Amino acid sequence: MLLARTLDEKFASLYRAGKIHGGVFLGRGQEALSVAVGLNLRKGDVFAPLIRDQAGRLAFGETLLDAARTYLGSALGPMRGRDGNVHRGRPREGYLPMISHLGAMIAVVNGTLLARRFKGVLRTVGATCIGEGATSTGSFHEAINQAAVEKLPLVLVIANNQYAYSTPSSRQFACTSLADRASGYGVDAHSVDGTELAACLSVLAEAVERAREGHGPQMVVARLLRLCGHGEHDDASYVDPRLKASPLGRDCLKVAEQNLLSRQWADAVTIEGWRCEAVHKVEEAVATALREPTPDPYKENWCALASKHLVETHPEV
Amino acid sequence: MSITYLEAIREAQARALAEDPRVFIYGQDVGAFGGAFKATKNLAQEFPGRVIDAPISEDAIVGAAIGAAVEGMRPIIEMQFADFSTPGFNQIVNHAATLYWRTQVPCPITIRLPSGGTSGSGPFHSQSMETLYAHYPGLIVMTPATVEDAYSMLLEAVALDDPVIFCEHKLLYNHLKAESLPTEAVPVGKARLARPGRDMTIVAYSAMVHEALAVADELASEGTEVEIVDLRSIKPLDTDTVMASVARTGRLLCVGESWPWGGVTAEVVSRVACEGFGLLDAPPQRLNAKDTPVPYHPNLWAAHRPTARSIAAAARRLLRI
Ligand SMILES: Cc1ncc(C[n+]2csc(CCOP(=O)(O)OP(=O)(O)O)c2C)c(N)n1
Repeated sequence: MLLARTLDEKFASLYRAGKIHGGVFLGRGQEALSVAVGLNLRKGDVFAPLIRDQAGRLAFGETLLDAARTYLGSALGPMRGRDGNVHRGRPREGYLPMISHLGAMIAVVNGTLLARRFKGVLRTVGATCIGEGATSTGSFHEAINQAAVEKLPLVLVIANNQYAYSTPSSRQFACTSLADRASGYGVDAHSVDGTELAACLSVLAEAVERAREGHGPQMVVARLLRLCGHGEHDDASYVDPRLKASPLGRDCLKVAEQNLLSRQWADAVTIEGWRCEAVHKVEEAVATALREPTPDPYKENWCALASKHLVETHPEV
Repeated sequence: MSITYLEAIREAQARALAEDPRVFIYGQDVGAFGGAFKATKNLAQEFPGRVIDAPISEDAIVGAAIGAAVEGMRPIIEMQFADFSTPGFNQIVNHAATLYWRTQVPCPITIRLPSGGTSGSGPFHSQSMETLYAHYPGLIVMTPATVEDAYSMLLEAVALDDPVIFCEHKLLYNHLKAESLPTEAVPVGKARLARPGRDMTIVAYSAMVHEALAVADELASEGTEVEIVDLRSIKPLDTDTVMASVARTGRLLCVGESWPWGGVTAEVVSRVACEGFGLLDAPPQRLNAKDTPVPYHPNLWAAHRPTARSIAAAARRLLRI
């Protein structure tokens, strides 16, 4: 969580300094939920994170360097400058790179799980995260229904952070809780306070375990608030101040720190030590990525096909 | 006073809302927020109840627009990015595009697509979709390149009785400025001679018109006069104006920002080759983006799309033939 927050903040400051091309999207306020997803997955599981999942990505095993290289456009990163920012992953390692089109990742996770069934690979699960706004897509409905029909070990984590860009949840759905929808699809539902790390960890542990044990898709709905703009270009002035002042608006990282202190599981000095360590690691990864070459259009093969011999040539651009 | 391409789009929508009670705007974040690019800024406040935030449901957004059109309304749909029109593709090409032909009931909807590449935007926020939509019978596809056209063509799109795909280029939004809004307009379906010249014709549309104009300036200093045709709408495509230009110059280069397989440039070249072969002094040429998704990194992006530099190189090659 702390590492993710530190990395996100570094990206935000690089963005303000004009060092990042394109947008920057933070997971501020969603780290407890996201990290709980990543921590409950094992090697061999599948994870398709979305834009606010830096914490889950790191917990699942993404390196700081992969993240830094992608944001900073290093030619050595997993996306080699072809794609950027949150659009990164390593499919062969079960870490799927999102496309922007919301809702599109769920069915793809389903497909990986179907394939594992064909191949006789047992007891792996697939998890994916999504915002409440993206539950309005047709893709969301098609994919969760598909997973239910196939009884796939899918863990679908919905972060209801109250806003989809500027649009409040009330303009997205009219049910009381998105968890109410689960029974209509015939899948299990779990609700959780997304600002409480301990709650997130235990709910996700249960959901992942149930999926792994063959109880079919698990829908997890977390209540929280997006504590940043949609992207760093957005000042989020539309967010209702009453929400910010409500329990939903608590910063999960601060809540977790408070818990550690009050239970005397860690003291302030230790936490400060972790913070320094996180800053150090992040600075190191960013410095490395910044030193690396950016993609060279003359070295690019400009080829979108794996069947290289079938690539057509077109007049030079 | 000066007005940007983006402001012209906003002003056209304000005027359409003011003048026609059948008009409403529907799309993600278009209400109080004013849209991801601010193309509907303040419209929700000025026209209460008529500028409505939609859920992230492109299929349902277009479907609802079709239903409203059947009831006699004239919806304007804003897709947050052209790329995100694909979940609504089915409703656009199979429903909106076929309705009039099947039933004689018109489907007057305008779908605004913030289109084209901008640096750092990557494969899913950069696409040019005009070719796909133009392929389907029953749709009109507009690709305005100027502030004046952004304004007048959007008004015309709303007034037309057919579904219109309105491709507005994001790169032009804030860069392109005009002194004032136009009071009269070239009708839809007519191309515009953006610059007269006698040595070769460059046919372009949308942002590429401006790259081509830069090339014409450059080549003019070398004594070559390039004529530039701005297609304005790619469907209908004004073959007559293109052909008349080629008749004057004998040389054709057609430039587009979308991918090289098929598309607008291929359509123009094939029409000229079929109908005006005898007018050509050299084989007609076309220049498009490279045949890969639109890359994220600015180094790659700048090499992926045609630019004044690559267009100038293509133009010089054509002049030597
Ligand atoms: C199909 C589709 N339509 C529109 C968009 C543009 N868009 C990107 S993020 C976003 C809001 C997402 O809100 P939500 O799903 O609640 O996630 P959050 O950003 O709150 O985490 C929108 C509309 C998109 N990416 N995909």
